[in-house]
Amino acid sequence: MMLLTITAPAAAAAETTDIWPLLFVFLLASFIGLGVIRRVSRLLHTPLMSITNAISAIAVVGAILVAGPDYPDHIRLLGAIAVFASMTNIVSGFLITQRMLKMFKTETKPGEVTKP
Amino acid sequence: MIYHLVQFAYLVATGLFVFALHWMNTPATARRAVYAGVAGMTLAVVATWAQPEVVHHLWIVVAVVLGFAVGVPLSRVPLTAVPQRTALSHAFGGLAAGLVGSAKFYLWHGEGSAHLTVFRTVAILLEVLLGFLTFTGSLMAAGKLQEVKWIPQRPVTYPGQNLTNLALLLIAVGLGIAVVLQPSAAWAPVAFAGIIGIALLFGVLLIIPIGGADMPTVIAILNSYAGLAAVAMGFVLDNKLLITAGALDGSSGLILAIIMCKAMNRSFTNVLFGAFGQVQQAKAGGEDKVYKPETIEGGAQVLEQATSVVIIPGYGMAVAQAQHKVRELYDQLKKRGVSVKFAIHPVAGRMPGHMNVLLAEANIPYTDLVEMDEINPDMPQVDVALVVGANDVVNPAARSDKSSPIYGMPIIDADKARTVFAIKRSKNPGFAGIDNELYFSDRTWMLFGDAKNVIGELVKQLSGGSGMH
Repeated sequence: MMLLTITAPAAAAAETTDIWPLLFVFLLASFIGLGVIRRVSRLLHTPLMSITNAISAIAVVGAILVAGPDYPDHIRLLGAIAVFASMTNIVSGFLITQRMLKMFKTETKPGEVTKP
Repeated sequence: MIYHLVQFAYLVATGLFVFALHWMNTPATARRAVYAGVAGMTLAVVATWAQPEVVHHLWIVVAVVLGFAVGVPLSRVPLTAVPQRTALSHAFGGLAAGLVGSAKFYLWHGEGSAHLTVFRTVAILLEVLLGFLTFTGSLMAAGKLQEVKWIPQRPVTYPGQNLTNLALLLIAVGLGIAVVLQPSAAWAPVAFAGIIGIALLFGVLLIIPIGGADMPTVIAILNSYAGLAAVAMGFVLDNKLLITAGALDGSSGLILAIIMCKAMNRSFTNVLFGAFGQVQQAKAGGEDKVYKPETIEGGAQVLEQATSVVIIPGYGMAVAQAQHKVRELYDQLKKRGVSVKFAIHPVAGRMPGHMNVLLAEANIPYTDLVEMDEINPDMPQVDVALVVGANDVVNPAARSDKSSPIYGMPIIDADKARTVFAIKRSKNPGFAGIDNELYFSDRTWMLFGDAKNVIGELVKQLSGGSGMH
Protein backbone atom coordinates (compact mmCIF):
# COMPACT_ATOMS: atom_id res chain seq x y z
CA MET A 1 0.00 0.00 0.00
CA MET A 2 2.88 2.35 0.70
CA LEU A 3 4.12 1.72 -2.78
CA LEU A 4 0.75 2.66 -4.15
CA THR A 5 0.58 6.01 -2.39
CA ILE A 6 4.10 6.94 -3.33
CA THR A 7 3.93 6.17 -7.01
CA ALA A 8 0.28 6.93 -7.68
CA PRO A 9 0.63 10.68 -8.39
CA ALA A 10 3.26 10.04 -11.02
CA ALA A 11 1.12 7.44 -12.73
CA ALA A 12 -2.08 9.45 -12.46
CA ALA A 13 -0.99 11.68 -15.29
CA ALA A 14 -0.96 8.77 -17.72
CA GLU A 15 -4.15 7.05 -16.66
CA THR A 16 -7.78 7.85 -17.09
CA THR A 17 -9.20 5.89 -14.16
CA ASP A 18 -9.80 8.19 -11.23
CA ILE A 19 -9.14 6.04 -8.18
CA TRP A 20 -10.80 8.19 -5.56
CA PRO A 21 -14.47 7.98 -6.53
CA LEU A 22 -14.08 4.20 -6.73
CA LEU A 23 -12.61 4.02 -3.25
CA PHE A 24 -15.41 6.21 -1.90
CA VAL A 25 -17.98 3.95 -3.52
CA PHE A 26 -16.27 0.89 -2.05
CA LEU A 27 -16.13 2.37 1.44
CA LEU A 28 -19.75 3.51 1.45
CA ALA A 29 -21.05 0.30 -0.10
CA SER A 30 -19.21 -1.72 2.53
CA PHE A 31 -20.81 0.29 5.32
CA ILE A 32 -24.24 -0.11 3.77
CA GLY A 33 -23.55 -3.82 3.43
CA LEU A 34 -22.50 -4.15 7.07
CA GLY A 35 -25.55 -2.20 8.23
CA VAL A 36 -28.03 -4.14 6.15
CA ILE A 37 -26.58 -7.60 6.71
CA ARG A 38 -26.35 -7.14 10.45
CA ARG A 39 -30.14 -7.04 10.56
CA VAL A 40 -30.67 -10.23 8.59
CA SER A 41 -32.46 -12.86 10.65
CA ARG A 42 -30.22 -15.70 11.77
CA LEU A 43 -32.88 -18.04 10.53
CA LEU A 44 -32.01 -16.99 7.02
CA HIS A 45 -28.24 -17.16 7.07
CA THR A 46 -28.09 -20.03 4.60
CA PRO A 47 -30.40 -18.36 2.05
CA LEU A 48 -28.52 -15.11 2.68
CA MET A 49 -25.34 -16.81 1.67
CA SER A 50 -26.87 -18.18 -1.50
CA ILE A 51 -28.42 -14.84 -2.50
CA THR A 52 -25.20 -12.91 -1.89
CA ASN A 53 -23.54 -15.58 -3.92
CA ALA A 54 -25.84 -14.87 -6.82
CA ILE A 55 -25.36 -11.12 -6.38
CA SER A 56 -21.57 -11.40 -6.35
CA ALA A 57 -21.88 -13.17 -9.67
CA ILE A 58 -22.21 -9.60 -10.90
CA ALA A 59 -18.74 -10.51 -12.13
CA VAL A 60 -20.73 -11.51 -15.22
CA VAL A 61 -20.60 -7.83 -16.19
CA GLY A 62 -16.83 -7.86 -16.28
CA ALA A 63 -16.86 -11.22 -18.02
CA ILE A 64 -19.13 -9.96 -20.82
CA LEU A 65 -16.87 -6.94 -21.27
CA VAL A 66 -13.96 -9.30 -21.83
CA ALA A 67 -15.78 -11.88 -23.94
CA GLY A 68 -17.67 -9.49 -26.20
CA PRO A 69 -15.36 -6.79 -27.61
CA ASP A 70 -13.03 -7.23 -30.53
CA TYR A 71 -10.20 -8.81 -28.54
CA PRO A 72 -7.91 -11.72 -29.48
CA ASP A 73 -9.63 -15.09 -29.25
CA HIS A 74 -7.66 -16.43 -26.29
CA ILE A 75 -8.62 -13.37 -24.25
CA ARG A 76 -12.28 -13.71 -25.20
CA LEU A 77 -12.19 -17.40 -24.35
CA LEU A 78 -11.17 -16.58 -20.78
CA GLY A 79 -14.05 -14.10 -20.68
CA ALA A 80 -16.52 -16.66 -22.01
CA ILE A 81 -15.52 -19.20 -19.36
CA ALA A 82 -16.00 -16.46 -16.77
CA VAL A 83 -19.46 -15.72 -18.21
CA PHE A 84 -20.30 -19.40 -17.84
CA ALA A 85 -19.06 -19.56 -14.24
CA SER A 86 -20.94 -16.39 -13.23
CA MET A 87 -24.09 -17.40 -15.03
CA THR A 88 -24.08 -20.74 -13.22
CA ASN A 89 -23.91 -18.87 -9.92
CA ILE A 90 -26.64 -16.43 -10.88
CA VAL A 91 -29.05 -19.17 -11.95
CA SER A 92 -28.38 -21.67 -9.18
CA GLY A 93 -27.99 -18.95 -6.53
CA PHE A 94 -31.33 -17.28 -7.11
CA LEU A 95 -33.21 -20.53 -7.72
CA ILE A 96 -31.99 -22.24 -4.58
CA THR A 97 -32.58 -19.14 -2.48
CA GLN A 98 -36.14 -19.07 -3.72
CA ARG A 99 -36.50 -22.78 -3.02
CA MET A 100 -35.24 -22.45 0.53
CA LEU A 101 -37.27 -19.37 1.33
CA LYS A 102 -40.46 -21.13 0.29
CA MET A 103 -39.86 -23.57 3.11
CA PHE A 104 -39.91 -20.96 5.85
CA LYS A 105 -43.48 -20.89 7.08
CA THR A 106 -45.25 -19.70 10.15
CA GLU A 107 -47.97 -21.64 11.78
CA THR A 108 -49.28 -19.33 14.39
CA LYS A 109 -51.44 -21.41 16.62
CA PRO A 110 -53.72 -19.93 19.26
CA GLY A 111 -51.95 -19.31 22.51
CA GLU A 112 -48.52 -19.49 20.97
CA VAL A 113 -46.37 -16.44 21.43
CA THR A 114 -44.12 -15.65 18.53
CA LYS A 115 -40.94 -13.97 19.48
CA PRO A 116 -39.85 -11.17 17.17
CA MET B 1 -26.35 8.55 -24.63
CA ILE B 2 -25.90 4.80 -24.35
CA TYR B 3 -23.28 5.48 -21.68
CA HIS B 4 -25.81 7.32 -19.56
CA LEU B 5 -28.44 4.64 -20.05
CA VAL B 6 -26.01 1.96 -18.98
CA GLN B 7 -24.92 3.91 -15.94
CA PHE B 8 -28.54 4.52 -15.03
CA ALA B 9 -29.28 0.80 -15.31
CA TYR B 10 -26.30 0.07 -13.07
CA LEU B 11 -27.56 2.60 -10.56
CA VAL B 12 -30.98 0.99 -10.43
CA ALA B 13 -29.41 -2.46 -10.17
CA THR B 14 -27.33 -1.31 -7.21
CA GLY B 15 -30.46 -0.04 -5.48
CA LEU B 16 -32.24 -3.31 -6.14
CA PHE B 17 -29.37 -5.31 -4.66
CA VAL B 18 -29.41 -3.22 -1.48
CA PHE B 19 -33.15 -3.75 -1.20
CA ALA B 20 -32.71 -7.46 -1.81
CA LEU B 21 -30.41 -7.76 1.17
CA HIS B 22 -32.59 -5.49 3.24
CA TRP B 23 -35.60 -7.72 2.63
CA MET B 24 -33.69 -10.72 3.91
CA ASN B 25 -34.13 -9.46 7.46
CA THR B 26 -37.34 -11.36 8.05
CA PRO B 27 -38.73 -14.49 6.43
CA ALA B 28 -41.94 -12.54 5.72
CA THR B 29 -40.29 -10.21 3.21
CA ALA B 30 -37.50 -12.50 2.05
CA ARG B 31 -39.26 -13.79 -1.06
CA ARG B 32 -39.28 -10.24 -2.40
CA ALA B 33 -35.51 -10.22 -1.98
CA VAL B 34 -35.12 -12.83 -4.69
CA TYR B 35 -37.29 -10.89 -7.14
CA ALA B 36 -35.31 -7.71 -6.50
CA GLY B 37 -32.06 -9.59 -6.94
CA VAL B 38 -33.16 -11.19 -10.20
CA ALA B 39 -34.42 -7.85 -11.54
CA GLY B 40 -31.15 -6.12 -10.64
CA MET B 41 -29.07 -8.85 -12.20
CA THR B 42 -31.12 -8.96 -15.40
CA LEU B 43 -30.85 -5.21 -15.75
CA ALA B 44 -27.10 -5.34 -15.24
CA VAL B 45 -26.58 -8.12 -17.78
CA VAL B 46 -28.78 -6.54 -20.44
CA ALA B 47 -27.23 -3.09 -20.00
CA THR B 48 -23.74 -4.51 -20.24
CA TRP B 49 -24.51 -6.66 -23.22
CA ALA B 50 -26.11 -3.72 -25.04
CA GLN B 51 -22.93 -1.67 -24.96
CA PRO B 52 -21.62 -0.93 -28.45
CA GLU B 53 -18.17 -2.34 -27.69
CA VAL B 54 -19.67 -5.80 -27.25
CA VAL B 55 -19.62 -7.02 -30.83
CA HIS B 56 -19.12 -10.80 -30.53
CA HIS B 57 -22.18 -12.55 -29.19
CA LEU B 58 -21.91 -16.23 -30.02
CA TRP B 59 -19.59 -17.26 -27.19
CA ILE B 60 -21.55 -15.26 -24.67
CA VAL B 61 -24.78 -16.91 -25.74
CA VAL B 62 -23.18 -20.34 -25.49
CA ALA B 63 -21.76 -19.54 -22.06
CA VAL B 64 -25.12 -18.26 -20.81
CA VAL B 65 -26.92 -21.37 -22.07
CA LEU B 66 -24.31 -23.63 -20.45
CA GLY B 67 -24.62 -21.58 -17.27
CA PHE B 68 -28.33 -22.33 -17.18
CA ALA B 69 -27.71 -26.00 -18.00
CA VAL B 70 -25.39 -26.38 -15.02
CA GLY B 71 -27.05 -23.88 -12.71
CA VAL B 72 -30.54 -25.34 -12.74
CA PRO B 73 -29.51 -28.85 -11.58
CA LEU B 74 -27.19 -27.27 -9.01
CA SER B 75 -30.16 -25.49 -7.47
CA ARG B 76 -32.02 -28.76 -7.00
CA VAL B 77 -29.54 -30.54 -4.74
CA PRO B 78 -30.91 -32.00 -1.50
CA LEU B 79 -30.77 -29.49 1.32
CA THR B 80 -28.28 -31.58 3.25
CA ALA B 81 -25.90 -30.88 0.34
CA VAL B 82 -26.36 -27.12 0.48
CA PRO B 83 -23.01 -26.47 2.22
CA GLN B 84 -21.04 -28.11 -0.57
CA ARG B 85 -23.18 -26.42 -3.23
CA THR B 86 -22.43 -23.09 -1.60
CA ALA B 87 -18.72 -23.84 -1.49
CA LEU B 88 -18.85 -24.86 -5.14
CA SER B 89 -20.48 -21.61 -6.14
CA HIS B 90 -17.82 -19.66 -4.27
CA ALA B 91 -15.36 -21.58 -6.41
CA PHE B 92 -17.16 -20.49 -9.57
CA GLY B 93 -17.21 -16.88 -8.36
CA GLY B 94 -13.50 -16.98 -7.63
CA LEU B 95 -12.78 -18.55 -11.00
CA ALA B 96 -14.71 -15.88 -12.89
CA ALA B 97 -12.85 -13.09 -11.12
CA GLY B 98 -9.49 -14.76 -11.62
CA LEU B 99 -10.11 -15.32 -15.33
CA VAL B 100 -11.31 -11.79 -16.01
CA GLY B 101 -8.30 -10.38 -14.16
CA SER B 102 -5.89 -12.57 -16.10
CA ALA B 103 -7.55 -11.74 -19.41
CA LYS B 104 -7.29 -8.01 -18.69
CA PHE B 105 -3.65 -8.30 -17.71
CA TYR B 106 -2.59 -10.18 -20.83
CA LEU B 107 -4.72 -7.91 -23.00
CA TRP B 108 -3.24 -4.73 -21.60
CA HIS B 109 0.24 -6.16 -21.56
CA GLY B 110 -0.12 -6.85 -25.27
CA GLU B 111 -1.49 -3.40 -26.01
CA GLY B 112 1.39 -1.48 -24.48
CA SER B 113 2.56 -0.14 -21.17
CA ALA B 114 0.23 2.87 -20.92
CA HIS B 115 -2.69 0.69 -19.82
CA LEU B 116 -1.04 -1.04 -16.91
CA THR B 117 -0.91 1.80 -14.43
CA VAL B 118 0.15 1.13 -10.88
CA PHE B 119 -3.38 1.26 -9.59
CA ARG B 120 -4.78 -1.04 -12.22
CA THR B 121 -1.95 -3.53 -11.88
CA VAL B 122 -2.33 -3.66 -8.12
CA ALA B 123 -6.08 -4.15 -8.51
CA ILE B 124 -5.57 -6.90 -11.10
CA LEU B 125 -3.09 -8.68 -8.85
CA LEU B 126 -5.49 -8.56 -5.90
CA GLU B 127 -8.32 -9.77 -8.08
CA VAL B 128 -6.33 -12.67 -9.44
CA LEU B 129 -4.86 -13.63 -6.08
CA LEU B 130 -8.22 -13.56 -4.31
CA GLY B 131 -10.06 -15.10 -7.22
CA PHE B 132 -7.82 -18.10 -7.75
CA LEU B 133 -7.23 -18.85 -4.09
CA THR B 134 -10.98 -18.73 -3.55
CA PHE B 135 -11.35 -21.06 -6.51
CA THR B 136 -9.15 -23.90 -5.27
CA GLY B 137 -9.90 -23.24 -1.59
CA SER B 138 -13.62 -23.52 -2.19
CA LEU B 139 -13.18 -26.61 -4.32
CA MET B 140 -11.28 -28.21 -1.45
CA ALA B 141 -13.95 -27.14 1.02
CA ALA B 142 -16.67 -28.53 -1.23
CA GLY B 143 -14.71 -31.77 -1.56
CA LYS B 144 -14.36 -32.08 2.20
CA LEU B 145 -18.04 -31.40 2.73
CA GLN B 146 -19.03 -33.87 0.03
CA GLU B 147 -16.63 -36.35 1.67
CA VAL B 148 -14.83 -36.99 -1.59
CA LYS B 149 -12.51 -39.94 -1.01
CA TRP B 150 -9.15 -38.50 -1.97
CA ILE B 151 -9.58 -35.34 0.10
CA PRO B 152 -8.73 -35.98 3.73
CA GLN B 153 -11.59 -35.16 6.10
CA ARG B 154 -9.49 -34.73 9.18
CA PRO B 155 -7.30 -31.64 9.35
CA VAL B 156 -3.92 -32.22 7.72
CA THR B 157 -1.03 -30.64 9.53
CA TYR B 158 2.71 -30.91 9.09
CA PRO B 159 5.66 -29.22 10.74
CA GLY B 160 6.37 -25.76 9.37
CA GLN B 161 2.94 -25.50 7.80
CA ASN B 162 2.35 -21.86 8.62
CA LEU B 163 5.93 -21.07 7.64
CA THR B 164 5.41 -22.70 4.23
CA ASN B 165 2.23 -20.71 3.68
CA LEU B 166 3.91 -17.50 4.73
CA ALA B 167 6.87 -18.16 2.44
CA LEU B 168 4.55 -18.77 -0.51
CA LEU B 169 2.67 -15.59 0.24
CA LEU B 170 5.92 -13.64 0.40
CA ILE B 171 7.01 -15.03 -2.96
CA ALA B 172 3.66 -14.01 -4.45
CA VAL B 173 3.97 -10.52 -2.98
CA GLY B 174 7.54 -10.25 -4.28
CA LEU B 175 6.50 -11.27 -7.78
CA GLY B 176 3.54 -8.89 -7.50
CA ILE B 177 5.77 -5.94 -6.64
CA ALA B 178 8.05 -6.79 -9.55
CA VAL B 179 5.09 -6.87 -11.94
CA VAL B 180 3.75 -3.59 -10.61
CA LEU B 181 7.12 -1.89 -11.08
CA GLN B 182 7.75 -3.31 -14.57
CA PRO B 183 4.33 -4.23 -15.98
CA SER B 184 5.44 -4.11 -19.59
CA ALA B 185 8.64 -6.11 -19.17
CA ALA B 186 8.97 -9.22 -21.30
CA TRP B 187 9.10 -11.41 -18.17
CA ALA B 188 5.99 -9.88 -16.63
CA PRO B 189 3.54 -12.41 -18.11
CA VAL B 190 5.68 -15.24 -16.74
CA ALA B 191 5.79 -13.67 -13.29
CA PHE B 192 2.05 -13.14 -13.53
CA ALA B 193 1.52 -16.81 -14.35
CA GLY B 194 3.67 -17.65 -11.35
CA ILE B 195 1.36 -15.59 -9.15
CA ILE B 196 -1.64 -17.45 -10.54
CA GLY B 197 0.06 -20.75 -9.73
CA ILE B 198 0.86 -19.68 -6.19
CA ALA B 199 -2.70 -18.45 -5.65
CA LEU B 200 -4.09 -21.80 -6.80
CA LEU B 201 -1.71 -23.72 -4.55
CA PHE B 202 -2.31 -21.36 -1.66
CA GLY B 203 -6.05 -22.01 -1.77
CA VAL B 204 -5.45 -25.72 -1.33
CA LEU B 205 -2.91 -25.28 1.46
CA LEU B 206 -5.20 -22.90 3.31
CA ILE B 207 -8.03 -25.42 3.51
CA ILE B 208 -6.32 -28.75 4.21
CA PRO B 209 -5.60 -28.00 7.89
CA ILE B 210 -9.22 -27.07 8.55
CA GLY B 211 -11.63 -29.52 10.16
CA GLY B 212 -15.33 -30.02 9.60
CA ALA B 213 -16.37 -28.15 12.73
CA ASP B 214 -14.75 -25.00 11.34
CA MET B 215 -16.44 -25.22 7.97
CA PRO B 216 -19.16 -22.65 8.75
CA THR B 217 -16.51 -20.00 9.39
CA VAL B 218 -14.41 -21.00 6.41
CA ILE B 219 -17.37 -20.94 4.03
CA ALA B 220 -18.25 -17.48 5.28
CA ILE B 221 -14.68 -16.28 4.78
CA LEU B 222 -14.59 -17.69 1.25
CA ASN B 223 -17.90 -15.94 0.60
CA SER B 224 -16.26 -12.71 1.62
CA TYR B 225 -13.23 -13.35 -0.60
CA ALA B 226 -15.43 -14.00 -3.63
CA GLY B 227 -17.10 -10.62 -3.01
CA LEU B 228 -13.80 -8.83 -2.58
CA ALA B 229 -12.52 -10.36 -5.81
CA ALA B 230 -15.51 -8.79 -7.56
CA VAL B 231 -14.66 -5.46 -5.93
CA ALA B 232 -11.11 -5.70 -7.25
CA MET B 233 -12.56 -6.43 -10.68
CA GLY B 234 -14.59 -3.25 -10.36
CA PHE B 235 -11.40 -1.29 -9.69
CA VAL B 236 -9.75 -2.88 -12.72
CA LEU B 237 -12.65 -2.15 -15.06
CA ASP B 238 -13.60 1.19 -13.52
CA ASN B 239 -17.08 -0.19 -12.88
CA LYS B 240 -19.01 1.02 -9.84
CA LEU B 241 -21.71 -1.64 -10.02
CA LEU B 242 -19.09 -4.36 -9.57
CA ILE B 243 -17.68 -2.47 -6.62
CA THR B 244 -21.00 -2.01 -4.84
CA ALA B 245 -22.31 -5.53 -5.43
CA GLY B 246 -18.96 -7.03 -4.51
CA ALA B 247 -18.77 -4.92 -1.36
CA LEU B 248 -22.24 -6.07 -0.29
CA ASP B 249 -21.16 -9.68 -0.71
CA GLY B 250 -17.82 -9.06 0.97
CA SER B 251 -19.40 -7.47 4.02
CA SER B 252 -22.00 -10.22 4.23
CA GLY B 253 -19.33 -12.91 4.33
CA LEU B 254 -17.38 -10.90 6.87
CA ILE B 255 -20.34 -10.51 9.22
CA LEU B 256 -21.21 -14.19 8.98
CA ALA B 257 -17.61 -15.13 9.66
CA ILE B 258 -17.53 -12.86 12.71
CA ILE B 259 -20.76 -14.36 14.04
CA MET B 260 -19.38 -17.86 13.54
CA CYS B 261 -16.10 -17.01 15.25
CA LYS B 262 -17.91 -15.45 18.20
CA ALA B 263 -20.11 -18.52 18.48
CA MET B 264 -16.98 -20.59 18.88
CA ASN B 265 -15.10 -18.04 20.94
CA ARG B 266 -12.24 -18.13 18.47
CA SER B 267 -10.42 -15.63 16.32
CA PHE B 268 -10.07 -15.64 12.53
CA THR B 269 -6.39 -16.47 12.75
CA ASN B 270 -7.15 -19.30 15.12
CA VAL B 271 -9.67 -20.80 12.71
CA LEU B 272 -7.39 -20.43 9.70
CA PHE B 273 -4.15 -21.51 11.31
CA GLY B 274 -5.22 -23.34 14.43
CA ALA B 275 -5.93 -26.80 12.98
CA PHE B 276 -8.77 -27.56 15.34
CA GLY B 277 -9.71 -31.17 15.84
CA GLN B 278 -6.13 -32.34 15.95
CA VAL B 279 -5.62 -30.83 19.35
CA GLN B 280 -5.19 -32.57 22.62
CA GLN B 281 -6.66 -35.96 23.19
CA ALA B 282 -5.57 -34.92 26.65
CA LYS B 283 -7.67 -36.26 29.45
CA ALA B 284 -7.26 -39.96 29.97
CA GLY B 285 -8.82 -39.66 33.39
CA GLY B 286 -12.34 -40.51 32.33
CA GLU B 287 -12.18 -44.32 32.62
CA ASP B 288 -14.70 -44.56 35.40
CA LYS B 289 -17.34 -42.61 33.48
CA VAL B 290 -20.25 -44.67 32.29
CA TYR B 291 -23.08 -43.92 29.94
CA LYS B 292 -26.58 -44.55 31.24
CA PRO B 293 -28.49 -46.06 28.36
CA GLU B 294 -32.25 -45.66 28.10
CA THR B 295 -34.72 -47.71 26.11
CA ILE B 296 -36.99 -46.28 23.45
CA GLU B 297 -40.04 -47.12 25.56
CA GLY B 298 -38.65 -45.35 28.59
CA GLY B 299 -37.67 -42.34 26.51
CA ALA B 300 -41.08 -42.12 24.91
CA GLN B 301 -42.77 -42.26 28.30
CA VAL B 302 -40.72 -39.39 29.68
CA LEU B 303 -41.32 -37.31 26.57
CA GLU B 304 -45.03 -37.97 26.77
CA GLN B 305 -45.24 -36.74 30.34
CA ALA B 306 -43.18 -33.61 29.76
CA THR B 307 -44.76 -30.22 29.41
CA SER B 308 -41.86 -28.64 27.63
CA VAL B 309 -39.32 -30.24 25.34
CA VAL B 310 -36.37 -28.58 23.65
CA ILE B 311 -34.77 -30.37 20.73
CA ILE B 312 -31.13 -29.51 20.03
CA PRO B 313 -30.15 -30.53 16.52
CA GLY B 314 -26.61 -30.81 15.22
CA TYR B 315 -24.73 -31.98 12.17
CA GLY B 316 -25.60 -35.58 13.07
CA MET B 317 -29.21 -34.82 12.26
CA ALA B 318 -28.21 -33.70 8.78
CA VAL B 319 -25.99 -36.74 8.24
CA ALA B 320 -28.76 -39.12 9.29
CA GLN B 321 -31.32 -37.13 7.24
CA ALA B 322 -33.44 -37.25 10.36
CA GLN B 323 -35.23 -33.91 9.99
CA HIS B 324 -38.47 -35.41 8.66
CA LYS B 325 -38.63 -37.94 11.52
CA VAL B 326 -37.95 -35.07 13.90
CA ARG B 327 -40.95 -33.33 12.42
CA GLU B 328 -43.11 -36.40 13.14
CA LEU B 329 -41.90 -36.41 16.72
CA TYR B 330 -42.68 -32.71 16.92
CA ASP B 331 -46.21 -33.40 15.66
CA GLN B 332 -46.77 -36.24 18.13
CA LEU B 333 -45.66 -34.14 21.06
CA LYS B 334 -47.58 -31.06 19.94
CA LYS B 335 -50.68 -33.20 19.65
CA ARG B 336 -50.31 -34.01 23.33
CA GLY B 337 -50.03 -30.35 24.21
CA VAL B 338 -46.31 -30.51 24.89
CA SER B 339 -44.48 -27.30 24.10
CA VAL B 340 -41.68 -28.10 21.66
CA LYS B 341 -38.93 -25.71 20.67
CA PHE B 342 -35.73 -26.14 18.74
CA ALA B 343 -32.54 -24.65 20.14
CA ILE B 344 -30.26 -23.60 17.31
CA HIS B 345 -26.58 -23.01 17.94
CA PRO B 346 -25.02 -20.63 15.39
CA VAL B 347 -22.36 -23.15 14.36
CA ALA B 348 -24.53 -26.27 14.44
CA GLY B 349 -24.11 -27.94 11.07
CA ARG B 350 -21.64 -27.15 8.36
CA MET B 351 -22.66 -23.64 7.31
CA PRO B 352 -24.37 -20.62 8.86
CA GLY B 353 -28.09 -21.29 9.27
CA HIS B 354 -27.79 -24.92 8.15
CA MET B 355 -30.12 -26.33 10.84
CA ASN B 356 -32.81 -23.72 10.21
CA VAL B 357 -33.04 -24.62 6.54
CA LEU B 358 -33.21 -28.36 7.22
CA LEU B 359 -35.96 -27.93 9.82
CA ALA B 360 -37.84 -25.52 7.60
CA GLU B 361 -37.65 -28.13 4.86
CA ALA B 362 -39.34 -30.55 7.25
CA ASN B 363 -42.16 -28.01 7.63
CA ILE B 364 -41.39 -26.97 11.14
CA PRO B 365 -42.62 -23.42 11.61
CA TYR B 366 -39.70 -21.06 11.94
CA THR B 367 -41.32 -19.48 14.97
CA ASP B 368 -40.33 -22.59 16.91
CA LEU B 369 -36.67 -22.31 15.94
CA VAL B 370 -35.05 -20.41 18.77
CA GLU B 371 -31.54 -18.98 18.93
CA MET B 372 -29.13 -20.05 21.61
CA ASP B 373 -29.11 -16.74 23.47
CA GLU B 374 -32.87 -16.65 23.63
CA ILE B 375 -33.42 -20.18 24.84
CA ASN B 376 -30.63 -20.49 27.39
CA PRO B 377 -32.40 -18.50 30.16
CA ASP B 378 -35.37 -20.89 29.83
CA MET B 379 -33.38 -24.11 29.91
CA PRO B 380 -33.67 -24.74 33.70
CA GLN B 381 -37.46 -24.84 33.33
CA VAL B 382 -37.36 -27.29 30.46
CA ASP B 383 -38.46 -30.85 31.24
CA VAL B 384 -36.61 -32.65 28.50
CA ALA B 385 -33.71 -31.60 26.34
CA LEU B 386 -33.36 -33.96 23.38
CA VAL B 387 -29.97 -33.79 21.72
CA VAL B 388 -30.11 -34.99 18.12
CA GLY B 389 -26.69 -35.35 16.60
CA ALA B 390 -25.22 -32.33 18.35
CA ASN B 391 -22.12 -32.71 20.45
CA ASP B 392 -19.65 -29.90 21.02
CA VAL B 393 -22.36 -27.24 21.09
CA VAL B 394 -23.85 -28.82 24.24
CA ASN B 395 -20.60 -29.80 25.96
CA PRO B 396 -20.47 -28.22 29.43
CA ALA B 397 -16.68 -28.48 29.33
CA ALA B 398 -16.85 -25.25 27.32
CA ARG B 399 -17.99 -23.53 30.52
CA SER B 400 -15.92 -25.29 33.15
CA ASP B 401 -12.86 -27.06 31.80
CA LYS B 402 -10.04 -24.66 31.06
CA SER B 403 -7.95 -27.37 29.45
CA SER B 404 -10.64 -28.21 26.92
CA PRO B 405 -10.05 -27.02 23.36
CA ILE B 406 -13.58 -25.69 23.26
CA TYR B 407 -13.27 -23.79 26.56
CA GLY B 408 -15.04 -20.43 26.35
CA MET B 409 -17.28 -21.37 23.47
CA PRO B 410 -20.88 -20.38 24.20
CA ILE B 411 -23.06 -23.49 24.39
CA ILE B 412 -26.70 -24.40 24.64
CA ASP B 413 -27.32 -25.21 28.29
CA ALA B 414 -28.79 -28.66 27.69
CA ASP B 415 -27.34 -29.86 30.97
CA LYS B 416 -29.60 -27.49 32.91
CA ALA B 417 -32.78 -29.15 31.70
CA ARG B 418 -34.47 -31.51 34.15
CA THR B 419 -33.82 -34.53 31.94
CA VAL B 420 -31.51 -34.89 28.98
CA PHE B 421 -31.78 -37.49 26.25
CA ALA B 422 -28.87 -37.68 23.88
CA ILE B 423 -29.07 -39.65 20.66
CA LYS B 424 -25.67 -40.85 19.64
CA ARG B 425 -24.54 -43.15 16.88
CA SER B 426 -21.69 -44.73 18.78
CA LYS B 427 -19.76 -44.41 22.00
CA ASN B 428 -16.91 -42.56 20.28
CA PRO B 429 -16.19 -38.93 21.04
CA GLY B 430 -17.49 -36.23 18.67
CA PHE B 431 -15.91 -34.48 15.71
CA ALA B 432 -13.43 -32.52 17.75
CA GLY B 433 -12.40 -35.69 19.53
CA ILE B 434 -13.44 -34.29 22.89
CA ASP B 435 -15.30 -36.23 25.55
CA ASN B 436 -18.66 -34.71 26.32
CA GLU B 437 -19.38 -34.43 30.05
CA LEU B 438 -23.04 -33.96 29.30
CA TYR B 439 -23.34 -37.63 28.46
CA PHE B 440 -22.16 -38.65 31.91
CA SER B 441 -24.32 -36.23 33.86
CA ASP B 442 -26.82 -37.56 36.44
CA ARG B 443 -29.70 -36.27 34.38
CA THR B 444 -28.59 -37.64 31.05
CA TRP B 445 -29.78 -40.84 29.47
CA MET B 446 -28.36 -42.07 26.21
CA LEU B 447 -30.32 -43.37 23.27
CA PHE B 448 -27.82 -45.22 21.11
CA GLY B 449 -28.42 -45.63 17.41
CA ASP B 450 -28.83 -43.80 14.15
CA ALA B 451 -30.71 -40.54 14.77
CA LYS B 452 -33.31 -41.28 12.12
CA ASN B 453 -34.06 -44.77 13.48
CA VAL B 454 -34.15 -43.73 17.11
CA ILE B 455 -36.54 -40.88 16.47
CA GLY B 456 -38.61 -43.08 14.18
CA GLU B 457 -38.92 -45.60 17.02
CA LEU B 458 -39.87 -42.89 19.48
CA VAL B 459 -42.58 -41.71 17.11
CA LYS B 460 -43.85 -45.27 16.74
CA GLN B 461 -44.02 -45.64 20.51
CA LEU B 462 -45.83 -42.37 20.94
CA SER B 463 -48.36 -42.97 18.17
CA GLY B 464 -48.88 -46.60 19.26
CA GLY B 465 -49.34 -45.46 22.83
CA SER B 466 -52.02 -42.94 21.94
CA GLY B 467 -53.90 -45.63 20.02
CA MET B 468 -54.21 -47.81 23.11
CA HIS B 469 -55.79 -45.18 25.32
